[in-house]
Amino acid sequence: MAMLLGKKVGMTQVYDEAGKMLPVTVIQAGPCTVTQVKTVEVDGYSAVQMGYDDIKPSRRKKPAVGHADKANTAPKRFIKEMPLPNDTETEYKIGDSVTVSVFAENKYVDVIGTGKGKGYAGVMKRHGFHGFPASHGCERKHRAGGSISSFASDAGHGGNLKKGKKMAGRMGGGRITTKNHDLVSIDEEKDLLVVKGSVPGPAGGYVIIRSAQKS
Amino acid sequence: MKTEILDAVASKSIKEKIPHFEIGDIVDVNCKIKEGNKERIQIFTGTVIARKGRGINETFTVRRIVNNEGVERIFPLHSPNVVNVKAIRSGKKRRAKLYFLRQRSGKAVKLAQRHSTHTVSK
Repeated sequence: MAMLLGKKVGMTQVYDEAGKMLPVTVIQAGPCTVTQVKTVEVDGYSAVQMGYDDIKPSRRKKPAVGHADKANTAPKRFIKEMPLPNDTETEYKIGDSVTVSVFAENKYVDVIGTGKGKGYAGVMKRHGFHGFPASHGCERKHRAGGSISSFASDAGHGGNLKKGKKMAGRMGGGRITTKNHDLVSIDEEKDLLVVKGSVPGPAGGYVIIRSAQKS
Repeated sequence: MKTEILDAVASKSIKEKIPHFEIGDIVDVNCKIKEGNKERIQIFTGTVIARKGRGINETFTVRRIVNNEGVERIFPLHSPNVVNVKAIRSGKKRRAKLYFLRQRSGKAVKLAQRHSTHTVSK
């Protein structure tokens, strides 16, 4: 498995060899620094911790500086672990630099990001409810969710609500994984990954890119 | 910074040299057509009535009359399937979008000829 941290740049279009236009997302990925290699003996599990994007010197905290010093690098804003099966030898060493070339042999990648927050959203937007008719005598409830419970139905008991009832509330802003993006091209000079399709989060948001299980 | 990176990525699909043609020109558009596993070039002839978009999204609209029926095709300028655009005859025009031709029929769809150096036959 290969993993890399990066930043979503935005979307554009390219043509493939067949002359078909592809919608693509450009990701500025790496170079990441391996800040820690975790082992079963010391940490209880195996993982490789890597960091991306330096923290501004004026905003560096001493614990972060100390942790980064072990890898002989600047403290990083975005630090994530690549989990490894327990008791595997890894060729990553602390202080190593990881670049987009780790995906040289991959055809597909998964991208993990933090989705855009939608705020307090109603049931139509949040859960895809159909709402009520615009006309035919419908008044003041065009986007309402309808009844949420009744006295004796299995939708709760005795006037209680069933747990997990879909209602209005905060939407978005969570971690989202999109799987099996075609890896259109890799630019090793500029540290760019070009993947087909859209990727969670705003332009400029941090993303994790990992090799897909599909091959 | 953001647009620079995006433009750089898209620029790999952008043609280095695009043939010169103007609004109002009668053009021959050579487009690649795939039938099964055979490829051939089809020519669409008509008047360029609009050019839209920028960068990789740039398109142009070609209008012609077939069997008394107006036919318009929108070509992506940078598509590999649009092999060549040959300007045959320049037309006199006073605006950038010649949508008024859609209301015209018969002889009136033909623009007055303007002699220009970029067309093939002068």
